[in-house]
Amino acid sequence: MTDSNTNSTGTHLAIKTIAIGGAAGDGVREAGINFSELFTELGYKTFSSFDYPSLIRGGHNYARISYSVNTVYADYRELDVLIAVNAESVRVHQHSLRAGARVFVEEAYLPEIADLGIAVIPLPMKKIAEELKAPQVARTSSAFGAYGYTLGIPLNQLKALADKVYANVGSEMNVALVEKGYAHMKKMQYPQDECAIPTEHGIVGEVTDGNKAIAKGFLAAGLEAYVGYPMTPSTSTLQFLAKMSKKTGLKVVHPEDEIAVLNMALGMSYAGKRVAVGTANGGFALMQETFSLAGVSEIPIAILVSMRMGPATGVATHTSQGDLQFILHAGHGEFPRLVIAPGDVEECFECAADALNLAWKYQIPAVVLSDKHLSESYKSVTLDTKSKGPDYGKRAVPVGTHYVRYKITEDGVSPLAFPGKANVVVKVTSYEHNEEGEAVESAEEVQAMQDKRFRKLNGLYQDFAWFPTVKTYGDEWSDVVIVFWGSTKGAVLEAHKQLKTPAKLVQILWMEPFDADRVKAELNGARVIVDVEANHTAQLAALIREKTSIEIHNKVLKYDAQPFTPTDLANEINKFL
Amino acid sequence: MALDLTTDIKITWCPGCPNSQILVAFRQAVEEFVSAGTMELHNIVAGAGVGCHGKISDYLEVNSFNSLHGRMVPSLTGIKLANPKLNVVGFSGDGDSFSEGFNHITHAARSNSDISIFLHNNQVFALTTGQATATSPKGFKGGTMPEGSINEPINPALIMLTMGATFIARTFASDIKKTKEIMKEAMLHKGFAFVEIIQPCITFFDTREYYKERVYWLDDKHKKSNLDSAFKVARMNTADKVPCGIIYQTSKPTFEELV
Repeated sequence: MTDSNTNSTGTHLAIKTIAIGGAAGDGVREAGINFSELFTELGYKTFSSFDYPSLIRGGHNYARISYSVNTVYADYRELDVLIAVNAESVRVHQHSLRAGARVFVEEAYLPEIADLGIAVIPLPMKKIAEELKAPQVARTSSAFGAYGYTLGIPLNQLKALADKVYANVGSEMNVALVEKGYAHMKKMQYPQDECAIPTEHGIVGEVTDGNKAIAKGFLAAGLEAYVGYPMTPSTSTLQFLAKMSKKTGLKVVHPEDEIAVLNMALGMSYAGKRVAVGTANGGFALMQETFSLAGVSEIPIAILVSMRMGPATGVATHTSQGDLQFILHAGHGEFPRLVIAPGDVEECFECAADALNLAWKYQIPAVVLSDKHLSESYKSVTLDTKSKGPDYGKRAVPVGTHYVRYKITEDGVSPLAFPGKANVVVKVTSYEHNEEGEAVESAEEVQAMQDKRFRKLNGLYQDFAWFPTVKTYGDEWSDVVIVFWGSTKGAVLEAHKQLKTPAKLVQILWMEPFDADRVKAELNGARVIVDVEANHTAQLAALIREKTSIEIHNKVLKYDAQPFTPTDLANEINKFL
Repeated sequence: MALDLTTDIKITWCPGCPNSQILVAFRQAVEEFVSAGTMELHNIVAGAGVGCHGKISDYLEVNSFNSLHGRMVPSLTGIKLANPKLNVVGFSGDGDSFSEGFNHITHAARSNSDISIFLHNNQVFALTTGQATATSPKGFKGGTMPEGSINEPINPALIMLTMGATFIARTFASDIKKTKEIMKEAMLHKGFAFVEIIQPCITFFDTREYYKERVYWLDDKHKKSNLDSAFKVARMNTADKVPCGIIYQTSKPTFEELV
């Protein structure tokens, strides 16, 4: 196995990975977030992913956190530490343990895993929780203490950190659990590492996931309302915004179905509110006709679509990039749209803000395309929330003239007015229409309005210069190019450290409109191009071929509903190098 | 200066279609509200779905949102929520709200969204040249069911009553004055107002004589605030008599107040 602790130049990176596994209802997810926050507070950078089945109790869940003093873009499959709340967790992860991995196991399950012959550290998590009359769902907090002990963190410092990390769930009981876990290890006289906490870490970031960052991006761009219907993996954006609605006055609505979601949002936008909606790919499938309505009626709308593995209900709580071409062709008829695919938590924030702003600037539907792995994975970040503000677009209504909603203009953008303004009548319609917004069928009027709408693309082409349509990383001079999009960014950036040859990494963010000139410039002259995607049909490669005529033959495709992990991905890419 | 609520668009309903009577009733209602200072014209928004009824938005010089087939209601709720000052009405059809998108009108009634829905009920898909809708009588012969519809018709007023609409009325399009008055009552009502307008389709399902014989107007003896009385009226067998007027009216907090 390639050593993931060294990159191509041999720099020691010291990325550690810890997994917490247990049944649904064991508080594994919360524990994962708490550990991520602990490491972040200590000055590390973290990336955490969460694997859970579509059920409420039982099954096997795990949180996996990779941390380092440098930015971590993806979590590794290979574990330095496993905290197993049940026996199944040890069985699931036994082949992913690095040599010398610390395996903390709930004491009660030791007999069940005796046959595996793995050296483990028994931890009486259940018993400690019982002693403190704490709910069992909190029992991983004692593991927090036990692991903190092995890291050599002084008890007082660990307690202070726990106090902070658990502040929103009641820190007193959790700090007591942490202390007990710590004391247990001390009593057993386990060896402690030399305390090696990064001291000069600058600003301590926050631990957040893609979905919350998208919500914050919409808010930064002046979001006034959000409409959604719960569907994994988009639900947490809806819940995050719903929770803040009372305090902020943000209107958050959960109506009867996804079709109502988008129609309601278009009504709000027509009446002047900056609205976004969020859904999963399946919910977006229900919105098709209304997506098309947004296109023809030119009502600004930002739409978060987070992909899970399809088709149909698919693998409901697992990831996929199987809907790029679906989103690009969504809705019947032809109309301009914006589709942006962020690749990490920071980009989620930026792209969501850009999508809402550009939806209003051009009066088009704008999609932020995410997936389960991006939406629900956590990263230590410092979001520059001041970097984005609202852009209201062309609002000025000519005074003294008869207002028409669909004024034919050179740039295709008509002045936007809302109902409720004296002497202004705002008519929108799902039919093809004249400037007034009344249904028409004459050949000239039909073509003129189509032309007007498509002229808006010229403005977006100009905007290529101001937005990150394409990003490059790694060895930018190299004639080996890895091309990818969305959440695979994390695994590609980590895998790069383990590639046999230097490689330029090319991430495509703007899928529509497509910055063909820039993509061509990045790919032309490459000796080897490798396309990396989490789907079966290489949808980005198809898009690149469509827009640039460049055919990519080397593809690493993953469609088992699991995200790429760095070492495995590097091994796959290396086969082409 | 008299309000001119007409547009330059040529009316393409069949000559003699009761939709024109509904259009006249609504224009009169708006004119009376505006001249009395009850409402400002620029605050009125008229929604429409898709079907013969939906053409009405093109014939009205007011703010309008001509939605997709069956999807108008949530858009109107969105409009009202975004700007509660607006007076939001929606024209819909039996196909447009009781066949396709049935769940939207029921949920809007349930949540008491402060909008008024005027249902042009002609009991037929007319724009697609004559097929059974959810309100067509059992046995109705249309293009898709040549042997006759196999389903019992939905009773819109009864559904709305069950779903919690706070204003429910029925009117007959040919009585323009009564229709106008009921429209005004609906628009003044705070909460979800549903008005079923019997609108015979003169081309594909001409029920003009049928309804002329059976329509009667509820008088003061009908206690519109009494739910049991309202159910009794809504449940009446329309093969016999068709009660028109305000069937039910009550007061509840609106969706827009609660969100």
